[in-house]
Amino acid sequence: MLALKLLLRTGFEYVEDCFDIIFGAKWNPFYQLGALGWFYYWIVVVSGLYLYIFFDTGVTQAYESLEYLTHEQWYAGGIMRSLHRYASDALVVMIVVHLLREFAMDRFRSARWFAWITGVPMLWLVFAAGISGYWMVWDQLAQYIAITTAELFDSLPFFGESIARNFLMDSKLSGRFFTLMVFIHIAVPLFMLFMMWIHILRHASPKVNPPKELAIGTFSMLLILSFVKPALSQAPADLKIIPATVNLDWFYLPVYPILNDVSGITVWITLILATIFLMFIPWMPPGKKTPVAEVHLDNCNGCSRCAADCPFSAISMEPRTDGSNYKLEAVVDADHCVSCGICVGACPTATPFRTKSNLSPGIELPEDKIAELREKTIAASEKLTGDDRVLVYGCGKSLNPAEITNEEVGVVTMPCIGMLPPSFIDFVLSKKLADGVFLTGCRDGDCSYRLGIKWTDARLASERDPHIRKRVNQDRIGKYWAGLTRSKQFFNELTAFRQRLKKLSLLETETAAESKQSSEKVDV
Amino acid sequence: MFKLRYILGQIIAFIPFAMGIGYFSDSPSYTYHDPEKALIMVSFSHASEHKDECRRFSQEELSAMAPNMRRPMDCSRERVPVYIELMMDGQNLLSQSYNPTGLAKDGAASIYESIPVEPGQHEISVKLRDSSRESGFDYEGNVSINLDAKELFVIDFRKDHNGFNFQ
Repeated sequence: MLALKLLLRTGFEYVEDCFDIIFGAKWNPFYQLGALGWFYYWIVVVSGLYLYIFFDTGVTQAYESLEYLTHEQWYAGGIMRSLHRYASDALVVMIVVHLLREFAMDRFRSARWFAWITGVPMLWLVFAAGISGYWMVWDQLAQYIAITTAELFDSLPFFGESIARNFLMDSKLSGRFFTLMVFIHIAVPLFMLFMMWIHILRHASPKVNPPKELAIGTFSMLLILSFVKPALSQAPADLKIIPATVNLDWFYLPVYPILNDVSGITVWITLILATIFLMFIPWMPPGKKTPVAEVHLDNCNGCSRCAADCPFSAISMEPRTDGSNYKLEAVVDADHCVSCGICVGACPTATPFRTKSNLSPGIELPEDKIAELREKTIAASEKLTGDDRVLVYGCGKSLNPAEITNEEVGVVTMPCIGMLPPSFIDFVLSKKLADGVFLTGCRDGDCSYRLGIKWTDARLASERDPHIRKRVNQDRIGKYWAGLTRSKQFFNELTAFRQRLKKLSLLETETAAESKQSSEKVDV
Repeated sequence: MFKLRYILGQIIAFIPFAMGIGYFSDSPSYTYHDPEKALIMVSFSHASEHKDECRRFSQEELSAMAPNMRRPMDCSRERVPVYIELMMDGQNLLSQSYNPTGLAKDGAASIYESIPVEPGQHEISVKLRDSSRESGFDYEGNVSINLDAKELFVIDFRKDHNGFNFQ
């Protein structure tokens, strides 16, 4: 499974690299799969509400009402129907790709099991909603779906009477059946919305809206498609005639052809086992629960920055329990914490300048202590020589920068780049441990821990606490968000950065010499 | 400038996505039944006779029962399988037993069989056994039909509606 995951991840990253060129990182749809799913869902809901106004729940009226919408009212009802269908299809694509991508990127372990396990049932819900929708049209495709679905249910040992028998003769079918289908077609998506809310419940700042430009682009695509190829009904259902050939929606009905060759009960067992397998993926080996963040109340001043920056809402601020004068203290919920260390990067006490013998910040990871980070920083810099010495800080989820360690470049890695307090950069440059600091990690817009890159960028730009100090020369800070596959670009960026550092050192030497000369002239 | 590039990029990337959605939303078509053939469906639900005949409780047995549990007859719940034989133009299309449903095998047997056949004129004969008898049949129906390609012919059975019902 590890090999499959690595293969998938590498595949995704290469494709996403292409999309970064086409869309730009901000609009790359692969970084917005969940948000696009939400967007398509709302298109389906709004277009569905419009269709519902005109839909008639009768055996013959159902088909006729949709024909009216499609042909007589093509400019509104017809477009809404097409949008309804195509957005539903796009929703399936988004859900499946989203699931595959989260699997490939290993984003289902630890506290992320919750989002994973609440996402899997949505597959059943979206298919149930889609299939019931096609049923309501009551054309030949609906006839085929009705009979095949009923036969599928009949294969279960719970039903004494055959359900499929209801679809053998027109006389057995009543308008109440369509009322039931309308109820299912509304109730299932409503329940799905509830599940979507649960799905993102543990995420701080969840992305439920794609960037405006991407939303406009994808909506325009659906709209144009609706005009170019309007969604149409097939011939009306006639239970006396076997449709024989149907135009399937392969996004929703890929299982149906299998039912022609495989027994219903085999399909049920396969689907249920596949669902159980998917549900248990977060607990499959080699899962290892890393120790969660620990709060050291001696050094916690209750500033709330860790709680504000935690991407998984794992930290809450509670009333003080140690009798301190501070009002609040940070409390870590072990079930939510993914041990990314972003809270450590947010903690103002996680500064390497502290001269206390025991460098212990208000919050830190037991396996990646901030004192060790300082020691690694000093150790990595001690080996460096030359006037373009660079210390690279990287994250454990992207390419392994440790491979580039040499006399001019030292490397320190951590679980997420968001764990790096900005004071470390100040520490490296002010103590002249290196001539420049270079940051790398997951690709821009796709931090493995969701917000690590975003908060790092904001901290360096002094837009978010803890700010980097103003005395730090920003020219001596470089960054390139490489991910797993962009090692070539990473080295190019690093080389360019080192050349800039050389020029900068030369310029600073010249400036210092000029100022020395001018001061000597003044003295004379 | 960059924005324009990305907008153009979106247009280029969305075209194949739209084509994929548009195409697979109703293509390729799928044939699940040979269009040159008609279909005979045998479908009904029927409760057969009980496996054992009822017998009257003896006086001793009744006395041993709690007063509120006393009943005159002792009937087994289990039913016999329903056996069907379907012949078309003298050729056997179906001969099968169907077990009663339920854990105690006391429910109706459910029959749902689809048999593709050549279109045209056919003589259909269908027989059903729902009792403990070893040979012979309890019900029989015959019909002459002319089927078109893709036409569905349903054989139903209702004990209280003169047995077999052809539609």
